[in-house]
Amino acid sequence: MATAEVPKKRKLKVKRFKPVDNPKHTYLTDEKGLWAWMTTVDHKKIGLMFLGATAFFFLLGGILALLLRTELLTPAKTFVEADTYNQLFTLHGAIMVFFVIIPAIPSGLGNFILPMQLGAKDVAFPRLNLASFYIYVVGAIFTFIALASNGLDTGWTFYTPYSSTDSTSSVIWVTMGIFILGFSSILTGTNFITTIHKLRAPGITWGKLPLNLWAIYATSVIQVLATPILAITLLLLTMERFMGIGIFDPAMGGDPVLFQHFFWFYSHPAVYIMIVPGFGIISEVITTFSKKHIFGYWAVAFSSLAIAFIGFLVWGHHMFVSGQSPVATTVFSFLTFLVGIPTGIKVLNWVATLYKGSIDMKTPMIYVYSFLFLFSIGGFTGIMVGALSADVHLHDTYYVVAHFHYVMMGGTIIALLAGLHYWWPKMTGRMYNEFLGKIAAGFIFIGFNLTFLPQFIMGSMGMPRRYYNYIDQFTIFHQTSTIGSYIIGMGFLLIAYYLAKSLFRDGERAPANPWGSRGLEWQATSPPDLHNFDHIPVVINGPYYYHKPMEEFQLGLVDFHGAEVEESEKEVDMSDEKEWVNYNLD
Amino acid sequence: MDRIIGGLFDFMLPELKSPLTGASSDEIMAFIHIVSFIILGGVTFAMVYFAIKYRRKSDDDETPLITHHNQLEVAWSVIPLLLVLIVFGWGYQGWLNLNTAPDNAYEIQVTGFKWGWTFRYDTGAQIPNEVHVPAGRPVKLVMKSEDVIHSFFVPDYRVKQDVLPNRFSTVWFQAEEAGESQVFCTEYCGTSHSNMLAKVVVHEPEDFQNWLSEQAADGGGTPVERGENLISIQGCTTCHSTDGSTLIGPTFQGLWESERTFENASPETVDENYIRESILNPSAKIVEGFQDQMASFEGRLTDDDITDIIEYLKTLE
Amino acid sequence: MSNESTQTHQVEHHFVDAEHQFDTAKMGMWVFIVNEILFFGGLFCAYIIYRTWYPDLFQEAALQLDTLWGAVNTVVLIGSSLTVAMAIRSVQKNQIKGLKINLLITIALACIFMVIKAFEYFHKFELGIFPGSYYTYAGIEHAQAPIFFSIYYMLTGVHALHVLIGIGLIYWIYRRASKGEFSSEYYTPVEITGLYWHLVDLIWIFLFPLLYLIE
Repeated sequence: MATAEVPKKRKLKVKRFKPVDNPKHTYLTDEKGLWAWMTTVDHKKIGLMFLGATAFFFLLGGILALLLRTELLTPAKTFVEADTYNQLFTLHGAIMVFFVIIPAIPSGLGNFILPMQLGAKDVAFPRLNLASFYIYVVGAIFTFIALASNGLDTGWTFYTPYSSTDSTSSVIWVTMGIFILGFSSILTGTNFITTIHKLRAPGITWGKLPLNLWAIYATSVIQVLATPILAITLLLLTMERFMGIGIFDPAMGGDPVLFQHFFWFYSHPAVYIMIVPGFGIISEVITTFSKKHIFGYWAVAFSSLAIAFIGFLVWGHHMFVSGQSPVATTVFSFLTFLVGIPTGIKVLNWVATLYKGSIDMKTPMIYVYSFLFLFSIGGFTGIMVGALSADVHLHDTYYVVAHFHYVMMGGTIIALLAGLHYWWPKMTGRMYNEFLGKIAAGFIFIGFNLTFLPQFIMGSMGMPRRYYNYIDQFTIFHQTSTIGSYIIGMGFLLIAYYLAKSLFRDGERAPANPWGSRGLEWQATSPPDLHNFDHIPVVINGPYYYHKPMEEFQLGLVDFHGAEVEESEKEVDMSDEKEWVNYNLD
Repeated sequence: MDRIIGGLFDFMLPELKSPLTGASSDEIMAFIHIVSFIILGGVTFAMVYFAIKYRRKSDDDETPLITHHNQLEVAWSVIPLLLVLIVFGWGYQGWLNLNTAPDNAYEIQVTGFKWGWTFRYDTGAQIPNEVHVPAGRPVKLVMKSEDVIHSFFVPDYRVKQDVLPNRFSTVWFQAEEAGESQVFCTEYCGTSHSNMLAKVVVHEPEDFQNWLSEQAADGGGTPVERGENLISIQGCTTCHSTDGSTLIGPTFQGLWESERTFENASPETVDENYIRESILNPSAKIVEGFQDQMASFEGRLTDDDITDIIEYLKTLE
Repeated sequence: MSNESTQTHQVEHHFVDAEHQFDTAKMGMWVFIVNEILFFGGLFCAYIIYRTWYPDLFQEAALQLDTLWGAVNTVVLIGSSLTVAMAIRSVQKNQIKGLKINLLITIALACIFMVIKAFEYFHKFELGIFPGSYYTYAGIEHAQAPIFFSIYYMLTGVHALHVLIGIGLIYWIYRRASKGEFSSEYYTPVEITGLYWHLVDLIWIFLFPLLYLIE
């Protein structure tokens, strides 16, 4: 695959471009105003708009979570009716999954970071990128229409025949909303795959691609391959409800279990759409804050692809007690364990990266530590519910609820927080308060475990999920869990406070590369120029070559826009890797 | 040994009352817990130890270039692979057992509906929300749903199976001692999902026979008694109270010959035909203030059944 | 912004040259086509499952579909694929007139396809073969007869939607061609719209035997 801007000649004239601190022109100072933002094709602005939208939905989903945890303080009614409670958990799930976790890292952070890590000026299809955002907004509007009419009480999984015939809520509005949202996901995936293939700066071979981009690449592949199945499933469900086409309706000869197959064929890979980009962030942050080359680059890179691939073959593990065929159940269980292996490899490689590093416990690194601990628990309990006979007992209990929160929140959201803190100076040009950052990370870690550890115990004791009333013996676990959720809420409020504060006039200005990272995105100014770099970067070192001096990461093409030749001009040979990797600039 | 260490995690599980179905599940859970704790402990220790030992001393710290180590990669791929293969085999074995009911199992027919359970015995007896079984003998439940998907879960026995509207599914267990166990519905099925509970009542074998023979085949007794039994078996009382309180549907108390106003029809007085229509075609007239939620009982109740129910409703003044 | 446009500055700022931009656009379209194939794949999956469960239903119900008009539509769509290919060939040779004529023929053929499809639909509606619960036709004994027609309407309906989108796209290309935006130097939108149209054609080539020609 031809990389984007490598001219045919073997030797490139390069010089050093050192990013200045406090740049005059940035993407934030150029093209200002509401209209400029709304019509922008700049990937950075679109990324921020996605982050803003997901933050809004995270707030909404979070409030729903606190409300439903509050309802569960007492075994019977605490303050809402059963129907309201059913709506709370359904909307919490649907909003968090479809509107927050799936788009937050790829479409939000990814949009911002991906072209910068590639040394590109934008994604391959900037207008399509903006279209993605507006499609997301339209999907959101549909969902709000549903909220304003009868809400949704089917559970985020929409199981038939409850969702197709029994529910009296606004199922069609939500399924259409998510159908539309799916196109946002598909277009972003298409855009990113093409960008990674076609827009890499000279010298970025596949072996020098940051692991964050390997992860986003794997994610995009899943998005493109799995989301259309969700689209067709939701379309069929909509038609089922709209005119009773009967495909999932037992009364007409259809099969409700078929719906579950269709649904999980998307929604299991979707779990990897949610977690794999988090893996990418962890790889970036852990190398930066231990100032060390990633341990097992190819193992980490390929395990993302392996997870993406095997992830397509395990959907049936959500259905061990659904009445699917025994052969299918056996095969799905087996494959489920295989997907655990690349995940384990990643965790161990990250821990090995720390060995003999120079570890700086800044806020993003604290989140990485939280991630490694919480995600490991999520992984081990995943093995537990993958084991057939154990799953029969644990299926649809709070054990499963705790398991996927350890993965989705302990994994993805914590990784998102790591990434957000890590790239905050790059995105905004401001430093947040490090002390408050650590305090908030502590709140979230403690609150999280307090919320979800008791759920493992009560789930294992038999407490089913999606229960409005529960029997008295589970009271203490539910109450502990509710208290934990309040602590998480305080943690997030604190984060919102100090991040917002950093944006005001007195916020401390961030240097171009506050963490001393070797990643290409840190060689742009903070915040970056409207076109990211005002030169074409040339990459001769991998993104984790901490044994190389910083100068070697700041090279750019000399003969671009007729720039003048300076004394530091050197030639690097791009055809023979050995030679130019060892090229000494001095 | 296994049981002793595994016992560390027993606090997480309810007392096992059907070892034939649950023992293997408990063992595998204990095994996974132990191995997981060891590995998690190791990983956590390494992380924390590195964070202290290799903490950054100055911004100019030099770190060694360690890119990869093939033997290590192979080791931490193959060892977990072997471990998960063990878990897979173990889980598969236990699951096969859970899916193979012994030939001599005592069979009970189960119907799940929104929101309750009916258990039918070969004598014709029908019991709502309580399944009585003999101790020390395998019991097999043959289950179907009247409406949406439900799931039959007994934590004490470590068994669970979805109950489907278009096919039969089965579950089996063998309770060893007399006592009671909780049954939950574990597939979300709407408003009163969390009230869709039942009890397994285990009798000594001879007590069970006595109990069974006491149960009349078709509810027995006068039409009023049969009607009372029917509205309980068929789950009517999950939504319609008999004491005047409002549940999901209007109460039965004082229903007979009362004046009704509807969302979608002109008012009328409750009589036989109105009740009959409400049972067979519930959507035709929706009582004001309520939603169109009820499913038709066409095919589930005979004309005689409906007559009996009407007789019973007449008594609820 | 680049689409305001004379022929020379069609290269957007983040690409090196026109060839780079063309390659990128084409790759993007291929990725999107993969996604489209999976979208229909879901429906084909439902088709396969129900055909396995109710083989006699599919044989019996397929008799209600008019093989002749189905075949005519197949020929019409293949013809339109040919004219799209010729349109691309024309623009590569810088024959803008040829491009416009071929595009117009393609639109005409697509419209013929839609008209025939509409007649087929209306004929079924007259018989009472409506989708799903509105189905009232008594001519097929099989209890699950509505399911076949649900799948039929879903597959052909979603396909017809793609044809309509295609007509819109080709008309848009025609308008841009009329304004002189394309030349042998720059014809990326023509090429990727052509790719899309071939996909629409290809899906029909699968649909026709699967629905109409069940033996």
